[in-house]
Amino acid sequence: MSRGRLSTRGVRIAILVVALFLAGVVSFYAASSPDGLTKVSLDKGFADTEKEHGASDGPFAGYGSSFIDDERLSGGVAGVVGVLVVLGLTGGLTYVVRRRRSESESASESASA
Amino acid sequence: MHVPDGFLDAPTSVATGVVAAAAVGIALKGARRELDDRTAPLAGLVAAFVFAVQMLNFPVASGTTGHLMGGALAAVLVGPFTAVLCTSCVFIVQCLLFADGGITALGTNILLMGVTTVVVGWFVFKGVQLVLPKVPGMAAPAAFAAALVSVVVASLVFVGLYAVGGTADLSLGSLAGAMVGVHTLIGIGEGVITFLAVGSILAVRPDLVYGARPLLERRELEIRTPEAAA
Repeated sequence: MSRGRLSTRGVRIAILVVALFLAGVVSFYAASSPDGLTKVSLDKGFADTEKEHGASDGPFAGYGSSFIDDERLSGGVAGVVGVLVVLGLTGGLTYVVRRRRSESESASESASA
Repeated sequence: MHVPDGFLDAPTSVATGVVAAAAVGIALKGARRELDDRTAPLAGLVAAFVFAVQMLNFPVASGTTGHLMGGALAAVLVGPFTAVLCTSCVFIVQCLLFADGGITALGTNILLMGVTTVVVGWFVFKGVQLVLPKVPGMAAPAAFAAALVSVVVASLVFVGLYAVGGTADLSLGSLAGAMVGVHTLIGIGEGVITFLAVGSILAVRPDLVYGARPLLERRELEIRTPEAAA
């Protein structure tokens, strides 16, 4: 890429570093008031129809790590774990989808050759 | 806008689950065409980035916050089919690992914040690109508009689902007014974040922005024709 000032590998590392920094460090400073839907449900009086979440006793429920007492570290670890799990799940899924694509492509190429 | 368990009744939740599953199935097929040497290395990282930014709630009005949904952003960066896969993975992990968004509402959340924002975002992005100057840099403002509109439409889709299967008896007009009002503000935040993220990658590697690629190829063709013009 003559136009590119950064390799694809460089872009990938940059996105990962930014994601880990945002989820691991910056997330501690995020606003904690209810989000748009939660606020509307409180204002319109249907917030009490919410049922308890089936996974609410998990180790990372609510973006905290139940095994860490320090609040900043608890949220930071949960954020880093989340980034890595999402990366692994999506990366793995797209890898499988792509491998199927290249298999079907090489099959059609050998058929036309 | 993560919908918890209990807001929508069981039949509606099952129906949105079926529609979301069908959409993911279509995305699995469509993503095969999108996942080439440039988008494939980025798909997982775009999902990880969307997850990270979704943790960052920003204040929009008194006592109310919002966070990125990321459908429009992912669609512009890696293509709409791959973007549905990216956002779906984010909501699955948030639901099961972080108890954010109900388990029975997982299909609803994938449909609202994944499929709706990707599809609406992608078509708005392509539409805005038609009226803007045909240069790759215009992908960033087009992505801003796509992100803003996608969030507002998602809030209206929620109102539509609530009209069908909401568990409380509400005035739908006032629900729609409240949802669209707050989500217009959240949409502006979504647009700014999307603009910055798309703009950053455009600045260093415009060829890695899926939505800007047709304009890059067009620009290369224009550069090669000085003799024909003379």
